[in-house]
Amino acid sequence: MANNKNKIVELEKAVIRFAGDSGDGMQLTGSLFSDSTAFAGNDFATFPDYPAEIRAPQGTVSGVSGFQIHFGSNDIHTSGDQADVLVAMNPASLKANMNWITNDAVIIVDNDAFVEKNIIKAGYKKNPLIDGTLNGHLVVNAPITSLTKAAVAELDIDNKSAQKSKNMFALGMIFYMFNRSYEKTFDFFENKFKTKPLIVKANKLVLEAGYNFADTIEAFTNTFRIEPAQLNKGKYRNVTGNLATAWGLLAAAERSGLKLFIGSYPITPATEILQELAKHKQFSAISLQAEDEIAGIVSTIGASFAGALPITTTSGPGLSLKSEALGLAVITELPLVVVNVQRGGPSTGLPTKSEQSDLYQALFGRNGEAPLIVMAASSSSDCFYSAFEAAKLSVEHMTPVILLTDGSLANGSEVFKIPKMSSLAKIKPPIVKANDPNYKPYARNKKKLNRPWAIPGTEGLRHRIGGLEKENISGNVSQVPENHQLMSELREEKVELVANYIPEQKIIGDENADVLVVSWGGTHGVMLTVVEQLLEEGHSIAMTHFKHIKPLPKNTEDILSRFKKIIVCEINLGQFVNYLRMKFPKYNYKQYNKIQGLPFTVAELKNEFIALLNE
Amino acid sequence: MENIIDTAKLNLTKEDFKSDQMVKWCPGCGDHAILKSVENVFPELGIAKEDFVVVSGIGCSSRFPYYMNTYGIHGIHGRAAALATGIKLANPKLSVWMITGDGDSMAIGGNHFIHIARRNPDVNILLFNNKIYGLTKGQYSPTSPKGSKTKTSPQGSFETPFNPGELVMGARGKFFARVVDTNIKMMTRVFKEAAEHKGASIVEILANCVIFSNKIHGLITSRETKESNQIFLEAGQPMKYGKDNEKGIILDGTQLKAVTIGENGITEDDLMVHDPTTEDSGIHVMLANMAPPELPAAMGIIRSVKAPTLEQSVWESVEYEKENSSIKNMDDLLNSGSTWDID
Repeated sequence: MANNKNKIVELEKAVIRFAGDSGDGMQLTGSLFSDSTAFAGNDFATFPDYPAEIRAPQGTVSGVSGFQIHFGSNDIHTSGDQADVLVAMNPASLKANMNWITNDAVIIVDNDAFVEKNIIKAGYKKNPLIDGTLNGHLVVNAPITSLTKAAVAELDIDNKSAQKSKNMFALGMIFYMFNRSYEKTFDFFENKFKTKPLIVKANKLVLEAGYNFADTIEAFTNTFRIEPAQLNKGKYRNVTGNLATAWGLLAAAERSGLKLFIGSYPITPATEILQELAKHKQFSAISLQAEDEIAGIVSTIGASFAGALPITTTSGPGLSLKSEALGLAVITELPLVVVNVQRGGPSTGLPTKSEQSDLYQALFGRNGEAPLIVMAASSSSDCFYSAFEAAKLSVEHMTPVILLTDGSLANGSEVFKIPKMSSLAKIKPPIVKANDPNYKPYARNKKKLNRPWAIPGTEGLRHRIGGLEKENISGNVSQVPENHQLMSELREEKVELVANYIPEQKIIGDENADVLVVSWGGTHGVMLTVVEQLLEEGHSIAMTHFKHIKPLPKNTEDILSRFKKIIVCEINLGQFVNYLRMKFPKYNYKQYNKIQGLPFTVAELKNEFIALLNE
Repeated sequence: MENIIDTAKLNLTKEDFKSDQMVKWCPGCGDHAILKSVENVFPELGIAKEDFVVVSGIGCSSRFPYYMNTYGIHGIHGRAAALATGIKLANPKLSVWMITGDGDSMAIGGNHFIHIARRNPDVNILLFNNKIYGLTKGQYSPTSPKGSKTKTSPQGSFETPFNPGELVMGARGKFFARVVDTNIKMMTRVFKEAAEHKGASIVEILANCVIFSNKIHGLITSRETKESNQIFLEAGQPMKYGKDNEKGIILDGTQLKAVTIGENGITEDDLMVHDPTTEDSGIHVMLANMAPPELPAAMGIIRSVKAPTLEQSVWESVEYEKENSSIKNMDDLLNSGSTWDID
């Protein structure tokens, strides 16, 4: 590896965005850089930004695929507002990302790709590399395409395969820029292309060529280093939200002794959970790719009746299709975990973008009085714990649970401290023993009000359940008016009693502040970043972030009552704030909403909060 | 393997399966006889009481689970097939019975119906076909004949109906049988064979709704015409029917044709011999489509082809992965792949 003769500047954190045509391999480039970041001991969070189309027209802005990584020596809670370094493999990827980089960002371009045809396709009138568009930026012009070709000239490899490795040239330049070693990446090549030694060789040569090119041309006045983060002792890995969700559910199966069943229908951005769970038959996890969303949830209700840990996964429009069956799960009082990975709506909406706009649907989207538990995961790695808890609550309280995650959490990744399974709570399903003389289908646990779980195949417990209203205790079909009122109230109370089994709501920051900022679900990282910065800058501010939405933690009102100003921030038009208004009407809530298919930026929230602090 | 329903000699009677709930179907409804037939069959299968699960959707027929003293779940409209699939996959040891109707499985649940036929879980499906919506009081269904005058088709229905048998075979189903609700003996025999078949066994029951489509199957079931308009197909036997078994079915070119033995030089040797086991469903479709007055309606097991069941394939894969996966528990999985230590 070449020595860096240049000055090395220490940074606390940096954001890099890799962008190229959707066939340019930017997701792989990003994930290889993430691996090396993990190896370097930094904390990090990533976010892929891909087009809705699988292969949009080449060279167009709609075909740009991006991958952003935010890494640092301190805790990283978001994938970053704006990139400090942009790698743009063609004019379209430059154009698509100009709003997502800092004013003085370093821009590395493949200037071979900046030919007239591509420039016009991207929607530029003139070549942006020479017309002043990039004034203020350090632009590194690298003939990536031609140098990649040259690097592999000695190999007996076709032009197409050679071109495929040009992303590794860009990666090599970034490795030089951040003083990274590329051993891990070489290991990856060896594993990935085991049977194709020529491809391994080509990728290695191209990566080294990129590294050496950056060194030789003295592309950067200095290079950068980011010290390892002060993470707690332990073993770590990188997880996306969807992977963490799947594993949290598998962990719940292990800790409950139940066999997992997932009935699901593929839908962006939730599909990876089904894909992951389909891999793990060694745990007796059964997956059914159903014919539609309805069969997904209904087969899962069947599996729940039969005693499995019942999982179905979906995204917004799919949750709409599942509404009727959710009612069945509510009235049969069976466990059921529905993971809803929120995306932009309504209808097909913005399938690859993230939103928090399914909260009303989760809370209220059913016929009749149909209460269930609603939870929301707060980060990609928290998806593991949220999924585990959702399964635990569902099974132990015999009620459906909707766990809300979102596209950003699902596809984004972050560092995850690997837990020991023995450190996770035991899950105790209320399964009835054979021939229990006291068994009644709707006899209830005194503390939790759940009914018992009598599993087909067990002697002495034959019973019928279904979508018709049942008499309390006996479980016989009942149309008696007083019984319906009683059962409606019992189902509601059962869900509210879950508040006794979830953690209390916490305040982060200054408990004596005037301003409380409130958030829920996937915005935790950006909110925390803003609040930490404001505290560090000497402001007095407090934050509370909700993971449990129905029921709310018991001390919710106590927290709200302590602050003069409350602002609720959401990626929707104000669903949670209205829920709080309904539950606790005597407080005055301000709201900050954004609904552009984009996450909050640190900068915009900071401006908003400072204005509120100065009011 | 976990995909075997345990059977043994058990001393069960129909009393073991009667629930304490009042049966609320209309007097004279065909469903009563179907219930009786199922009560006849369950004790004969050698399956423990607690291993039966009766599943249904919505409709008159779908009240069935409440009338059987087994495990039961009464689901939502059209979705019984999905419930049954989930139950059977989660616990292959259960004997799963799905009770459904023509509205439930041919209309709102049509999608689930074709997929359960294709996937082939070992579920016994009793399709009560009365060619009408009974519970909502008399609207035409996807099996109502074209021109049916009902509350929602006052000028007569404009739509071509489904033939459930044809649909099952179009969906590559492996088992299809047909019975009439007026013949308990026939139902008992066919239900038992359906139960013994491993895979999705679909039995169409020509059921009578006394209120909204009375005598809809009259041509097939009435005392006067049943012998000339029904043929009970027996595997390996020539296709004979009629009061004195004097009639039969031959293949005339590419068409089925009704003939009388002894007329036009036809002998018993000319008759088709029923083979429900051929993978090719061509003849089975033709048999399922036979209808009076030209041809008798086919009863009995029209198609019965052996194939691995869904749950068998899935659980074999589980056993294989358990043996061969290097990941034995969640600690293994969490620590697999690319990880790093912070000291």
